[in-house]
Amino acid sequence: MTGTTSPARGGIVRDALGIGVASGAYALSFGALSVTAGLSLPQTVALSVLMFTGASQFALVGVIGAGGSVWAGVATAALLGTRNGLYGVRLSSMLGARGLWRLVAAHFVIDETTAMAIARDNVADSRFAFWATGIALFALWNLGTLIGALATHVLPNPKVLGFDAAPPAAFLALLAPRLRAREPMAIAIFAGVVALACVPFVPAGIPLLIVAALVVLLGVRPWQGRSK
Amino acid sequence: MMLWAGVLVASAGCYLLKLAGLSLPQRWLQDERIQRTVPLLPIALLAALVAILTFSTGHRLVLDVRAAAIAVAGIAVLLRAPFLVVVASAAATAALLRLL
Repeated sequence: MTGTTSPARGGIVRDALGIGVASGAYALSFGALSVTAGLSLPQTVALSVLMFTGASQFALVGVIGAGGSVWAGVATAALLGTRNGLYGVRLSSMLGARGLWRLVAAHFVIDETTAMAIARDNVADSRFAFWATGIALFALWNLGTLIGALATHVLPNPKVLGFDAAPPAAFLALLAPRLRAREPMAIAIFAGVVALACVPFVPAGIPLLIVAALVVLLGVRPWQGRSK
Repeated sequence: MMLWAGVLVASAGCYLLKLAGLSLPQRWLQDERIQRTVPLLPIALLAALVAILTFSTGHRLVLDVRAAAIAVAGIAVLLRAPFLVVVASAAATAALLRLL
């Protein structure tokens, strides 16, 4: 069916580029925050190329920047990455990617590509949307990271510029779209309070893992009468 | 060295999670408990990160210019400002308050 240019394709490409540009701007701040947190330029760039999932990248550099151990940061990044695993459930039959293509496709399984792919009404457009968004995002995300990291590299004292206040704001911006109901709001407040309560008593970064463990316990508990 | 190890291990972990979603039997991942728990993790972790990075320094709970900065960021979020504007408004607030 090559050559059949569905009228939806132009719109998909436009949306993909729009998402790419917005993410590129967001990657600027990632690059800046990563260098401020103490990662080198190559490490910052490597994160965007190899990890390529925004919230996890921010979490890793956020924990390190706050003085937490690297491994607490690694664990937090991986826990934030679990949701990408669930996206695969919805995408795998849609994408039909096998062998080597599946290995490439997996790298692109993130929030934005999933949202773009599942919004289509036929499989061909879904695949097209997935790849178009993935490629645009990958290019602009890495470009934004490089520019943000390079620009911060030449700054004399990032803390004076308020850069220590930037990471929590970045996490708030990532969190906000997920808070559109009462239950997520309650969980967010619970998590914030528990994390702060742990701060004086455990090594930096560990409060995050305590919060994650509590959420898992809460989640796997059979919620009596919760589902209908 | 340690940082590089962390970068590479975390990247590999995140990639394997993505690959697992495309490769594992669908039935496993459609387990109700997994479907219910996994979407809660980003909410809880992002909220915990906001709280810790705003209200603590090392092992101490503190209230400083970052609290004002996160409030300004919250307003920017409510006004549906773009990501970069939210982050920049928080940084600018903290920088300005330190100048005073």
